[in-house]
Amino acid sequence: MFELNSVQKQKSTYKATQNACKLCSPLGASVAYKGFEGCVPLIHGSQGCATYIRRYLISHYKEPIDIASSNFTQDSTIFGGDENFKAAVLNIINSYKPQIVGIASTCLSETIGDDVNLFLHHFLEEYKDISTEFVIASTPSYQGSHIDGFHEAVSAVVKKFALSGPSQDHINLFTNFISTEDIRLIKEITADFGLDSILLPDYSESLDNPVWDTYHRIPEGGTSIANVERSGSAKASIEFGTILNQGNLTGRVKNKKLSRTGGKYLQNEMDVPSIEMPIPIGITQTDRFFETLKELSGNEIPEKYTKQRGRLIDSYVDAHKYTFGKRAVVYGEEDFVVAMAAFLDEIGIELALVASGGESGMLEEEVKKYCPENKDKVVVKEGFDFESIKEWSQENKPDILIGHSKGYYIARELGIPIIRVGFPVHDRIGGQRIKHLGYTGTQELFDKVVNALIEYKQTTSPVGYKYM
Amino acid sequence: MTQFLKERENQILTKGADSAEIACGKKSLAGSVSQRACVFCGSRVVLYPIADALHVIHGPVGCASYTWDIRGSLSSGPQLHRLSFTTDLKERDVVFGGEKKLYHSLIELIDKYQPKAAFVFSTCIIGVIGDDVEAVCRQVTREKGIDVIPVMSEGFNGTKKDGYKIANEALARLVGTNNDFKPAKYSINILGDFNLAGELWILAEYYKKLGVEIIACMTGDGRVDEIRRAHHASLNVVQCSGSIMHLAKDMKEKYKIPFMKVSYFGIEDMSEALYEVAKFFDDEEMMTKARELVTNEISKLLPALQPYRQKLEGKKAAIYVGGAFKAISLVKALRLLGMKTVVVGSQTGNAEDYKLLKELCDEGTIIVDDSNPNELSEFVKLTGANLFIGGVKERPIAHKLGLGFCDHNHERKEALAGYVGMMNFAKEVFASVTSPVWKFVREPQQFNMGAVPPDSSESQSS
Repeated sequence: MFELNSVQKQKSTYKATQNACKLCSPLGASVAYKGFEGCVPLIHGSQGCATYIRRYLISHYKEPIDIASSNFTQDSTIFGGDENFKAAVLNIINSYKPQIVGIASTCLSETIGDDVNLFLHHFLEEYKDISTEFVIASTPSYQGSHIDGFHEAVSAVVKKFALSGPSQDHINLFTNFISTEDIRLIKEITADFGLDSILLPDYSESLDNPVWDTYHRIPEGGTSIANVERSGSAKASIEFGTILNQGNLTGRVKNKKLSRTGGKYLQNEMDVPSIEMPIPIGITQTDRFFETLKELSGNEIPEKYTKQRGRLIDSYVDAHKYTFGKRAVVYGEEDFVVAMAAFLDEIGIELALVASGGESGMLEEEVKKYCPENKDKVVVKEGFDFESIKEWSQENKPDILIGHSKGYYIARELGIPIIRVGFPVHDRIGGQRIKHLGYTGTQELFDKVVNALIEYKQTTSPVGYKYM
Repeated sequence: MTQFLKERENQILTKGADSAEIACGKKSLAGSVSQRACVFCGSRVVLYPIADALHVIHGPVGCASYTWDIRGSLSSGPQLHRLSFTTDLKERDVVFGGEKKLYHSLIELIDKYQPKAAFVFSTCIIGVIGDDVEAVCRQVTREKGIDVIPVMSEGFNGTKKDGYKIANEALARLVGTNNDFKPAKYSINILGDFNLAGELWILAEYYKKLGVEIIACMTGDGRVDEIRRAHHASLNVVQCSGSIMHLAKDMKEKYKIPFMKVSYFGIEDMSEALYEVAKFFDDEEMMTKARELVTNEISKLLPALQPYRQKLEGKKAAIYVGGAFKAISLVKALRLLGMKTVVVGSQTGNAEDYKLLKELCDEGTIIVDDSNPNELSEFVKLTGANLFIGGVKERPIAHKLGLGFCDHNHERKEALAGYVGMMNFAKEVFASVTSPVWKFVREPQQFNMGAVPPDSSESQSS
C-alpha cells in the first residue's frame, strides 16, 4: 500500500526522465542478433515490445525487420510464459526456418521470474529432432540501456558457439553498434590488409538489403555459426569501445563488475588476446586501429589509406580556423560519444557538453583520456536526458549539436546546426549509410561539421557572401 | 493458402472462394510477428493528442522512448503531449517498488509544466510488482488540485483494442466535470479524429460553414477543459470507431447523447458525414448549406482528380491499416481513382467491419485480420498489387518488393481527410505508383542503361 508519510519523510532524489537519451535493452539485442546468419530475434514479453522496436528500427534502416514476440497474455504473466514461449518458437521455426532463434528477455519476463533456459530445455526434450540453434540474452529494460542489450546478445552468441582451438591467423572484430556503412568499411580495410576477419556481429547486409524480386523471410547476410565457432581460435580480438557493458548497470540491486563482452570471454576462456580501443573516429584513433592491423597482419598499411590519411590532414589544415574554439554538445551511446569527442578534440572544437543516457560510471574518465585538449574543461554527464541537455544548452549557448535525430528539437529551438550521426536517424534518409569510421568516415564527418559552421555564418551574415 | 501458419487460416479469406466468416478480435499468435502493438499502445495513441495534459509513463525506459513524439497529431496551442515523461524504473525500483518514484516524478513535472490534468500509464511490470498507482494518483490529485488519472494499460493485459477501452474510461472520468457551459444551438463532439496533419482543422471549417459548433474533439488538438464540457453537445460524431466507440456508448448511456458513425475520407463518405449531421439537426438551412458546400467542393475536385484517374485506372492496391473502418473508406476512395483493391486487412477490425468489407470488395479480394510480413508479402505477390497502403512497418515490405506506397498511419504529414485530403491522397498515390524508379526495381540485374524504352514502366506494370 502506498503510504504518504514514508514519502514525505524521505528527501527526494527521484527525478522523472524527460525525453530519454537511451532506449531499452531488447532493442540492442535485436540489432545484434540481426548480425548473425539465419537468425530471427524473439522478444520474450508482450507484443508491444517487439512491435515498437521493429517500428523504431525500421524508421532508421528503412528495411523490413522481422522480430517475433512470445506475446504474453494475462495468463502467461501469472502462470509463466512457458506455453507462449513454446508456441512462439514452433511458429517461428515453421514460418521462418531459421538457423538461430535469438531470444531476448524483457522487463516483464524477468520480473515474473521466467527461466528461459529451463523452458528451452523442456522444449528440446519434447522436440528432439529440431536442428535450430537457440541463444538467450538476459535483457530486462530496467538494467542498462539498449547498448547493454547489444553487447549482451553478442557475447551470448559467442559463448554459445565459439570453439577453443590452436591459434590461427584470422582475427575477431567486435565492432560495437556502428552503421551498416561503417561495417562495410571495416570489412574492406581488413581485407586490404589481407586479414581473414570475423565480424561480431555483421548486419551490414541483413539491415541494408538491395531491392528484392521475391520476399526474403530472413534477409541474407550476417556472420555464420561456422565463423562464430572459429572465433575461439582467432589470433586476437579487436573490440571497439572502452566502456562496452563493463560498467555499472545503474540501479542494480547488487553492483557486480562482470566481464560480459564477447572479447573478454574469448580472452579469459579461450586465450584469444583482446585488444580494446575506442571506435576509430578521428586520425588518432584510426591510426591506432591501422597500427594494430599492421601488427596483426604483418603487412604494411596500404597506400590507399596513407593517401586518405594525407588528404584528411590536408583538409584539417585548410579548415582549422572554422572549427577552432567552436563549442559543441555531443550526445548518444557512451562509447560512441567518446569516439566522437576524441575526433572533435583533435580539430580544435571545444567540447562544451558530452552527454549520454547510459550510466556506466566510466564515461567521464574515458572522455578525458581520449580528449587531451579538452580534458580540463569538458563537462561530462551520464544518465542525462534530452530535457537536461536542452536546459544546459539554453544556458551555455553551444554553437553546434552532434548526435542523432532526437536532439533536433533542441537545435531548432536554439537556432544552431545539428550534425546527424549514430542511431537513430529518423528524420533523414540514409541514416544507415552514414560513414563515421576510418579516415574516409572522419573525412565525411569533418566536411559536414565544417560546412555546417560555415553555412550558419553565411546565413546569419547580414551581407551574404559567395567566397569562404 | 497452406504456406501460412495453420492457426491463422480462419483469419484470412478470399471473397468468392471462402464462404466462412473471418475470425477476428483474437489475441495475436505467439511467434507470428504480428503488426499489432499492445494494450499500452492502444491507450497511449488515444490519449496522446491531448496537448495540455501531462502524459507520464510509469515503467522502465523503453515504452516512453518508443512513443516520444511519434504521431502527426498537431496542436494549435500547447505542445506538452510531444514530450516523453517516464519514471525510468531501474532494477532497484522493481524490487522495492516504484510508487515513491512515481509520486516525486509527478510532483516535479506538475510543478514544472503546470498541466491541466495528468495521465499515468502503467506498463507491463507495474501490474506485476503491484504498485498502487491509483493511490499515488489520488494523493497527487489532492495535493496539486488537478486530475491525475491512472491508465492501467499493462501491455500483456489483452490486445490494443483493450487499450482503447482503458483510455476511453480515462476520458470518461473527465467528461461531465464542467457544468458551467452554455452550448450553441447546434453542437457536436468529434470523436476518433486525432488531428493528424491538421485534419481536424479541415473538418472544423466544414462544420463551421454548416453552423455547427464543435465542443470537444476527442482527442485531436484536445484540451482537458473542452473534454470536461463535452457532455453538453447534442451529438457525438464518431470517426475511428474502433478506438472510441466505448466512450460514445458510455456518453449515450450517461448523458443521453446519441452518436453516429462517419468517415471523413473520400468524397462519398465525407459528404455523407455532412449530410447526416444536417439531417440529425433537422434544419433545412443547414441542409442547404451542406449541399452547397458539397456541390462546391466536388465541382472543383472531380475535374482535378481526372488526370490522376486516367493514369491510375486499373492499377491494383493492397491495404493494411490499424482500423477496419479506415480500410472501408480507402476501398471506396481507391475506386474513385479507378483503382481496384486486391488485398485488404486491419489490425483490429471487428466482425461487422469485415462483413462490410466483404460486401464492398470485388471477387477475389483477399481479406485478412491481424496479418504479418510473411503473409502480406505473399498476398501482394499473389495479386500483383501496384500500391500498398499502410504504416511504417508495412512501408519497407512494399518498397523492397517494388510497390508504390501511401502512408495512411499516425505518423503521416499529409492530411487525407475531407475534399482537400482526397486530392492529397490522389497526388500521393499518383506520385508513388507512376514514379520512374520502379523500372530499375523490376529488373534490378539488368545493366542495359538506355536500352529501356522510356514508357516501359507503364507497359510492365499494367
